[in-house]
Amino acid sequence: MRQPDQKKLRQRARAEKRFRLYGIAALLFAGSALVFLVMTIVSSGCSAFFRTTLTLELSLDPDRLNVKPPYTREVLMDGSYYTTLKSALYQLFPEVSSRADKRALSKMLSPGGELQLRNYILDDPEAIGKTVLFEIPVASDFDQLYKGNLPRTGEHTRLSAKQMAWFDQLDSDGFIHYRFNPGFLFGADSRYPELAGIGGAIAGSFHALLVCFLLSFPLGIAAAVYLEEFAKDNRFTRIIEANINNLAAVPSVIFGLLGLAVILNYFGLPRGTPLVGGMVLALMTLPTIIIACRSSLRAVSPGIRQGALAMGASPIQVTFQQVLPAAMPGTLTGAIIGLAQALGETAPLLMIGMVAFIANVPATPMDSSAALPVQIYLWAESAERGFVEKTSAAIIVIMTFLILMNFIAVVIRSRTQTKTE
Amino acid sequence: MNSVYSMSDATTANGLVDAEADQQEVIRGASATKVSARDVNVYYGDTHALHDVSIDIYSKQVTALIGPSGCGKTTFLRCLNRMNDVVDGCRVTGSIALDGRDIYASDIDVVSLRGRIGMVFQKPNPFPKTIFENVAYGPKIHGLAEHRTDLEEIVVKSLQKAGLYNEVKDRMHAPATGLSGGQQQRLCIARTISINPEVVLMDEPCSALDPIATARIEDLMWELKENYSIIIVTHSMQQAARVSQRTGFFHLGDLVEVGSTERIFQNPLDERTKDYITGRFG
Repeated sequence: MRQPDQKKLRQRARAEKRFRLYGIAALLFAGSALVFLVMTIVSSGCSAFFRTTLTLELSLDPDRLNVKPPYTREVLMDGSYYTTLKSALYQLFPEVSSRADKRALSKMLSPGGELQLRNYILDDPEAIGKTVLFEIPVASDFDQLYKGNLPRTGEHTRLSAKQMAWFDQLDSDGFIHYRFNPGFLFGADSRYPELAGIGGAIAGSFHALLVCFLLSFPLGIAAAVYLEEFAKDNRFTRIIEANINNLAAVPSVIFGLLGLAVILNYFGLPRGTPLVGGMVLALMTLPTIIIACRSSLRAVSPGIRQGALAMGASPIQVTFQQVLPAAMPGTLTGAIIGLAQALGETAPLLMIGMVAFIANVPATPMDSSAALPVQIYLWAESAERGFVEKTSAAIIVIMTFLILMNFIAVVIRSRTQTKTE
Repeated sequence: MNSVYSMSDATTANGLVDAEADQQEVIRGASATKVSARDVNVYYGDTHALHDVSIDIYSKQVTALIGPSGCGKTTFLRCLNRMNDVVDGCRVTGSIALDGRDIYASDIDVVSLRGRIGMVFQKPNPFPKTIFENVAYGPKIHGLAEHRTDLEEIVVKSLQKAGLYNEVKDRMHAPATGLSGGQQQRLCIARTISINPEVVLMDEPCSALDPIATARIEDLMWELKENYSIIIVTHSMQQAARVSQRTGFFHLGDLVEVGSTERIFQNPLDERTKDYITGRFG
């Protein structure tokens, strides 16, 4: 017998080692890129979940509020709340007297404070005449200054030295607080970065996904069941199959154009609503669900079909009572992944006009609304410093939802795997 | 006597008249013909899988179909409850009658036919549902139980008949896939008899089971034959000898010989049968 060539064996061992190193290097590269991405987004975005507030002692004098009894809703809506807030702020700085300085000082107030005060009085007219401690958000530039996102010197400084000095004095006197910002998660978009929230976009995306699911899930299952269980295998069904597979690869912007041309222009449904957005996303999700459902129908053991048939079940009973329930976990997993894709889709929503500035949280799918990815796009375009952190925070929110959906899909898959073993 | 008449008519593919050999047994057991197959040919596309098979199956006894792999025994079994209908390109000619009525006649409802002729498969195939639901499925789709209590009674009785009740009574709502292979197969038997079929077809029901589970199923067959006609396809000649009263030997798509199990094993008339049961091939 010939002895194995020692040199060749060593070469082979080295080649294997080298190959493993390539693999590890590729993994490290991908991993570090991911870590870098997540770190950047989290570090620049997490401050958006907090806001800087200013605590003012307000004497709710009816004269200053410019309201007279009876305190009906109409009267209270017209009150001069901004003046009240301003004078409370001026009282803290008696030395500020010139008109220009007062103007500069009042820049510290956010329009959100005025709204907050009005709502407070509307809720509780009894408070008029009393003196209350009131906590209001500060304007975005001061918020950013406090968070350290705005340089104190140099050409990019947006605040004057005086303004910064006043703010620092308020901070050292204990009037400034750093608090969790519920308005970001639950509020709607706003022109003012300190007031802008992602709640409207979350609601819009939720409505759109709901419509998308309600349309694409039953339709997808119906199509998959028919193609897999009942349709004869002929040229026609093969053409349909090929087209469904191609449909899954069509760029999403084309679905948006289709929605624009057919759903908006031909059927005349309201522009920019989650209803239309969901319909367009359903077109996109449909092929994913059909493919997932068909492959899980195919994976159902033939024994189950035969067993049910031999029990005297009709083909429809076999399909709907035994095969489809057995294929459901796989189908659901596919549907969730399809919906996660739809959640991140921007282009078709831009085409159907879900890109407008909407300052309300939509209550129904028929109300105009933004969606999460579109909101990111809108904020990323805004020049204000305050929107930079909002953009990153919105990305954190959408990533959280995506991870959550994928996690649910994984849970469903692993639970059914243990059940069938 | 109808049964004797149809029996003497039963000639096997190679022309052996079987009637005389079995005459004695028929008189003794007073069995009636349950299923009667005449000149059954099965084609899968261009393949001629069964050639002119004619056999009578008597009620309340176990008929075993033996033979080497690929000889057509399972194909023949699947003709009896028309499971071959769902196989693409499968064609069946000849006649198969259940209680004198052709089951391939156009006015026969396949669904109710399969309610009368149940089937147990080679590999245990419980539905991926609970034990209760597995047995309750048949009665539900055939509308045998009006109330929940009726259904529960049927399920319990079927499980008892299948000898599984004591093992599963505390976990009726646990997934059936959690049972052992032998238990799953007995569950499938319980499922089959839950709709009270007249004939039970068993396609190598023990081939996926260990000897102990096999022994339990064979005991079960002895009990079940009191109420049902059982046709079992088996690879194991020992099993055929243990459980059956009549045996048919298939070879290359022909039904070579059929007769009482005793006679087939002790005094086979055909050379091929002799060679097979003495272990010269197979």
